[in-house]
Amino acid sequence: MTKPSLVSSVLVIGSGLIVIGQAAEFDYSGTQALQALREKGVRSIIVNSNPATIMTDEDVADVVYIEPLTVDVLERVIARERPEGLLATLGGQTGLNLAVALAEVGVLERYGVQLLGTPLEAIRKAEDRQLFKELLLEIGEPVVESTIAYSVDDALRFAEQVPLPLIVRPAFTLGGTGGGVASSREELIEFVQRGIALSPIGQVLVERSLLGWKEIEYEVMRDARDTCITVCNMENLDPMGVHTGDSIVVAPSQTLNDRE
Amino acid sequence: MTGYQEVVTDPSFFGQIVCLTYPLIGNYGVHAEDNQSRRPWVAGLIVREYCDPPSHWRAEASLGAYLERWGVPALHSVDTRALTRHLRVHGAMRGVLVSDRRGRSDDELRELARRAWTPDQENVVPAVQGERVTLGPANAPHVVVINCGVKRNIVLSLLRRNVRLTILPYGVTAEEVLGLDPDGVIVSPGPGDPTQAREAREMVAQVASSGVPFFGICLGHQLLALAAGARTHKLSFGHRGGNHPVRDLFTGRVWITSQNHGYCVDATSVPVDDGWRIWLVNVNDGTVEGLRHQYLPVFNVQFHPEVTPGPQDSQELFDLLVEAVQARWRNRPTRAALVLEQEVAQ
Repeated sequence: MTKPSLVSSVLVIGSGLIVIGQAAEFDYSGTQALQALREKGVRSIIVNSNPATIMTDEDVADVVYIEPLTVDVLERVIARERPEGLLATLGGQTGLNLAVALAEVGVLERYGVQLLGTPLEAIRKAEDRQLFKELLLEIGEPVVESTIAYSVDDALRFAEQVPLPLIVRPAFTLGGTGGGVASSREELIEFVQRGIALSPIGQVLVERSLLGWKEIEYEVMRDARDTCITVCNMENLDPMGVHTGDSIVVAPSQTLNDRE
Repeated sequence: MTGYQEVVTDPSFFGQIVCLTYPLIGNYGVHAEDNQSRRPWVAGLIVREYCDPPSHWRAEASLGAYLERWGVPALHSVDTRALTRHLRVHGAMRGVLVSDRRGRSDDELRELARRAWTPDQENVVPAVQGERVTLGPANAPHVVVINCGVKRNIVLSLLRRNVRLTILPYGVTAEEVLGLDPDGVIVSPGPGDPTQAREAREMVAQVASSGVPFFGICLGHQLLALAAGARTHKLSFGHRGGNHPVRDLFTGRVWITSQNHGYCVDATSVPVDDGWRIWLVNVNDGTVEGLRHQYLPVFNVQFHPEVTPGPQDSQELFDLLVEAVQARWRNRPTRAALVLEQEVAQ
């Protein structure tokens, strides 16, 4: 992994509005990022549509833009401020989506902005269900039977091999919006249609339902020297089927043995 | 948290009362597969809250039932936070567990504690080591393990890497070890003060300087350091736990390691002129966590690469040793002759 060159100014993408039960932690992580940048003597620019957060207070970032979080607006901010680096990994799904979009329309290249932290390829692999599945297979990790569907027919064909119930998950949506557990053929058709409409790339993941399974999460970090650590793990009180945001999460896990 | 079964069955804890800092213990019961040796070795266990009944599909029994079966006293509902702070300030110390303190004055109990035996005052390794055992495939590199209280996962970690193992009890001589013509030697972790285990020092010195790949773990690392002429000292309360960061001075990489040691090697006493190098250091307090040598194939670590309990990252260190072991095995004249024979025959 190449060592990133030191930057003197960074644009941070905020997480936007906070919806309870959905990515509330990104509000504060963005704030902490600004504090860290200040400590390092780096000029910080924040763009966030949310005025009701200390992230957009006067003395947190050097320059504050309370604007809609769209590619258009960000391009104009970038053109005006000319930041050397972009930090998009602390704005939740919003930040990631925008980083990918900005890269794809060529804004980052045009203005010479370096994407800091998680590289573009890694963001894509984590967000795109198909790429993620391929990555897991590549590194020999178990994967739930699934298929990528761009149409109801794709999903129905899959349902012939893997029995119901099936989970439908639209790609690139916030908090898993538009997903659902289909227990009947009718529900499957409904969820897939809805999911394809809601997904910015018209893609849904259809996979075997893991309803009732334990849900464990991990926080991991990697630095430029390739030191990788697991910061902590967490266990959802409710099993799979109840979204993390609607459940209670405990750190560390409580019912796994050491080996697990 | 996790790993309490691995902790109580770790021979390095022989003679010690262990206080666990995580406030809820016993959550997943016990399972024979998690035992690191044939029995629990702790003198006692102290926890804040004991979880009964456990919640795990694999549990064979509760932790309490297991300890009771082996006669290990355990205490719950103790303010482990206060106890931990006390130990961190005043250092590890003698203590006494009583099941019924009626009829005994504070002074009496204090006196009992003061006179308590500790595993530092004599060589306790013989108490925990086992018999001679051979394991693994026949036609494979041969590693000898000197058992000072070896943990099961050290053995498993090696077998998984396709080596043949001969586990020898502590007390063997260098002649016996080298007489087996090994491709590698490991000196296992074990309990007690390394300076007490004098008999092993001569053996370790000879084996490590023979050119056979050598891996000293925890006590093994300390014995080698002493044999090389370095000094060890007792830490105030030791390093215990699965989150100790260790830095590789050669590469800058940091490992999160599992540690359980009350003694460490004096950095200033490492005989650099004899070719010894400090390889790994603890990021928190700078103490020595690993040694290597300029030209001898020696890999010495203070912590537990076999983890159990703990994060699996440092398992990679076994790869280092096994690579050296395999290289030696492949270069043997008998093997080379065999390969030549096969080539000629074709």
